[in-house]
Amino acid sequence: MDDLYREQILDHYKHPRNFGELDHPSVASSDNLVSCGDQLSMQLLIEAKKQIVTDIRFQGIGCAISMSSASMLTEVVKGKKIHDLQTLTKDDILKMLGVKLTPTRLKCALLSLEVLHKALNNMK
Amino acid sequence: MIDGNQIKKDFPIYRHQPNLVYLDTTATSLKPQQVIDKENEYYTKYSANIFRGIYKISEKATEEYERVREKIAHFIGAKSAGEIVFVRNATEAINLVAAGVGKTLKTGDEIVTTIMEHHSNFVPWQQRALKKHIAYHVSRITSEGKLDEKDLLGKINNKTRMVAFTHVSNVLGTINPVKTLIKKIKAKNPHCLILVDGAQAAAHFKIDVRDLGCDFYVFSSHKMLGPTGVGVLWGRYELLDNMNPYQYGGEMISAVYVDRTEFKDPPHKFEAGTPHIAGVIGLGAAIDYLRVLGMDKVRQHEIEMTSYALKLLRSLKGLKIYGPQNPENRGGVIAFTIERIHAHDIAQILDSNNICIRAGHHCAMPLHLSLDVASTARASFYVYTTKEDIDALVKGLKRVQEIFA
Repeated sequence: MDDLYREQILDHYKHPRNFGELDHPSVASSDNLVSCGDQLSMQLLIEAKKQIVTDIRFQGIGCAISMSSASMLTEVVKGKKIHDLQTLTKDDILKMLGVKLTPTRLKCALLSLEVLHKALNNMK
Repeated sequence: MIDGNQIKKDFPIYRHQPNLVYLDTTATSLKPQQVIDKENEYYTKYSANIFRGIYKISEKATEEYERVREKIAHFIGAKSAGEIVFVRNATEAINLVAAGVGKTLKTGDEIVTTIMEHHSNFVPWQQRALKKHIAYHVSRITSEGKLDEKDLLGKINNKTRMVAFTHVSNVLGTINPVKTLIKKIKAKNPHCLILVDGAQAAAHFKIDVRDLGCDFYVFSSHKMLGPTGVGVLWGRYELLDNMNPYQYGGEMISAVYVDRTEFKDPPHKFEAGTPHIAGVIGLGAAIDYLRVLGMDKVRQHEIEMTSYALKLLRSLKGLKIYGPQNPENRGGVIAFTIERIHAHDIAQILDSNNICIRAGHHCAMPLHLSLDVASTARASFYVYTTKEDIDALVKGLKRVQEIFA
């Protein structure tokens, strides 16, 4: 069986969570994987006082791994402290996806984390 | 008639990977035992450096190495072995010409290439043009994926110095009408130089460089059953003779003084340093293998496999095939997309059934941008491909569609 394409990943790919745009985002960022043609953008709403992400949306096109990774990550992010998100690592993403990836597919999985970190770095 | 199942027996990888469905020859071909043995023969029986030794095994190595040059000259219809230069790959062959011709380019000169080129026949010219501030024209393709001849010829004028295009597209499979195209280009400007990228052609049908009428022709050993690390540049002798060396060092000199150096004649003046001796000798065995099969039969088998694949792939819903629809006009390579499924996901799921295809832009990003598609999946066929391999591909693609349904 193709472990990579387990139910949960396909479900997020076919029915992405938090897909779309926010009306008044606090920060945004985007990136792409030129070699695959994947594009991903994220918008975050942040409560400045508590330094908490209160809402998030993403948009993009890409393979099942990059899109489901983004979808799952948006669920993780909501309600979290900025500091905790900044310290998220590759391993956290792999744990979240629950699959083993070859080096060539790793960059698909990590695109979402890169865009998230880029957005957080864009904050003043 | 070629029987892919018989051919498979010559390729040891099929014994080590029993369920392998290899459909990525466009990236690199598999290697027959004869090639592996020949390369091994050099290392085990006469692994001396060439040209220098006044002893038997060095002379044997030199003889084997130079014999391959003659074999290749004969294989592609060159005038003499002196027109065959060994390099690392087709990419290096193009860079060698781009550097040699590039030195003589001046403001006002123009270069013409096409949108269907592999990066290796695109970037060297583009960079040369940018550096020298000279015009760089990129010819379009038609909606069917053929070269837009009218557009290409419209870009040829008396300022054109270099025209570079591929014989067979590594994505669309398009076989360009090289001979008639060259006639038309030279009719407009007899002085321009024409380089043909034969990386996807030399191993697939009979090539006769003098009949084609080009000035340079390049191809890679590893895409034609030979070892990796060897490429071939063919150039008209007088052009090679007038070109500066590409690299300097040992083997390419006839005499070195403190204040000056005299270079050898072509082809040796372009082969600085110890070359990939074993690889070249191995390539000789690959040429022998292809000659025994017969290039007409190789081509026939590819048409048969491509026709079969085109027919089956067309029956899959949501699958779009790029390039000419008639197998007579295309090489054994089919790029396709499936609606709403990324090419990487297609390739990954096929891999779980040991089916190897390529996914991405196949080193032809400008082409993919012009097709307005980020990536395609690509299956390619060769002498060892069987209808069973293609059946496996189609079955695998149906499974991909089920998973993403």
